[in-house]
Amino acid sequence: MKHIKTLETRDLNKSVKTGGCGECQTSCQSACKTSCGVANQPCENPNK
Amino acid sequence: MVHQYRLNGYNIVLDTCSGSVHVVDDAAYDIIALYKERSEDEIVSELLQKYRDCPDVTEEELRGCIADVRELEAAKKLFTPDTFEPLAFDFKNRSTVVKALCLHVAHTCNLNCSYCFASQGKYHGDRALMSYEVGKQALDFLIENSGTRVNLEVDFFGGEPLMNWDVVKKLVAYARTQEKTHNKKFRFTLTTNGMLLDDDVIEFANREMYNVVLSLDGRKEIHDRLRVDYAGNGSYDRIVPKFKKLVDSRGGKGYYIRGTFTHANPDFTKDVFHMADLGFDQLSMEPVVCAPSDPAALTKEDLPVVLEQYEILAKEMLKREKEGRGFTFYHYMIDLTGGPCIYKRISGCGSGTEYMAVTPWGDLYPCHQFVGEEAYKLGDIWHGVVNTAVRDEFKTCNAYARPECADCWAKLYCSGGCAANAYHASGSIRGVYEYGCELFRKRIECAIMIKAAQAEQA
Repeated sequence: MKHIKTLETRDLNKSVKTGGCGECQTSCQSACKTSCGVANQPCENPNK
Repeated sequence: MVHQYRLNGYNIVLDTCSGSVHVVDDAAYDIIALYKERSEDEIVSELLQKYRDCPDVTEEELRGCIADVRELEAAKKLFTPDTFEPLAFDFKNRSTVVKALCLHVAHTCNLNCSYCFASQGKYHGDRALMSYEVGKQALDFLIENSGTRVNLEVDFFGGEPLMNWDVVKKLVAYARTQEKTHNKKFRFTLTTNGMLLDDDVIEFANREMYNVVLSLDGRKEIHDRLRVDYAGNGSYDRIVPKFKKLVDSRGGKGYYIRGTFTHANPDFTKDVFHMADLGFDQLSMEPVVCAPSDPAALTKEDLPVVLEQYEILAKEMLKREKEGRGFTFYHYMIDLTGGPCIYKRISGCGSGTEYMAVTPWGDLYPCHQFVGEEAYKLGDIWHGVVNTAVRDEFKTCNAYARPECADCWAKLYCSGGCAANAYHASGSIRGVYEYGCELFRKRIECAIMIKAAQAEQA
């Protein structure tokens, strides 16, 4: 019996090495304008 | 750091520092809650007692599940230690480039919405329009200060930017002439109340604007209560047909129907569903930002209502998706596999460093919400950032800057929150706007629950 189902996610620890290119959008640029969240920002690094 | 919650029939476990998401059954949920405090034998004994009426929960099953938890811990997908704080301290010395500007092309507006954070577009100052020369210099400033960044973002913002439309068109044309020379790609966004939308604007916006943000608060009676012209007349009937025309001819490009909810409609999902029923499918709805004394301000009593509304919204979105009439909601858009790296998650929105607002006369501020706060003026587009103390304050304002965030499971989703919200709530950009935090945490819980449900259905 499987008790735990793990969803596929980006490994944040690995992104210490591959991340930081800075090509992503600034966070509240496009829609909200009045609060900050980075979770909904897509990564734009083709080599991630 | 681990966060566990139950929502819509799902038991969800988030491992903050790896970004892992686990959907678990009741026994595993309890095991994970006890794992760090009890021995294996104690956990087994306690849970056998708790689940004594469940024949499926045997000692063998429980020990197998504990082994799975141990395996996830070893694989750094559960109970992952926080090793990111030193990265945040390094941020003080990092060199940053400017990659986005919010151009305040019009500090004036043709609507007179009492809840406007920009005080009817004037930002507590005089009415003004940005000249082409100032706008062009702002674009040159952006190109010069963007280093090797290719993607540059420019928002045409106000007030109401369509009140200075010819300048917007000329600035877009100028930017396009600079792209090849400097190896840049401009992405423009237009935020408008829709009053001046016509065929010319729609054609141009759908060709040139990467994103269009269309302000609509939802139901006619809600929208028209606050979004009125200077004669006091509501704007709903005048803008909705124009928004439909723009979206219908947008050819699949991005847009948001973006609303604000206030104390008048904490039951804001009715407004979101109204937007969806009008045929729009890319939606955003934000809690009002205003002084606590403003009658529109959300109250302590509104909080439980609003939190429940976010759950209602998530469940309804799943239902409508199944029925083939789904829509997206900005704060529930979360990309678990292709989302932001740890640097982005620590550093946050980029205000004051990567992102700045430009006033009609060329002054630079950390973001649109600081325009008019003289102490936060960074410099201007001719001399660049001269107030380096403020810039450095923003540079180090990140997910690890606030003691209140130390034990918060959501800090790598919000990066410590909005500096402007913190400033307005506490007087410091390193403060915390706890009301906003509560809403934010609920939104992330809902967004991830939607992912869990979609994974189950796949």
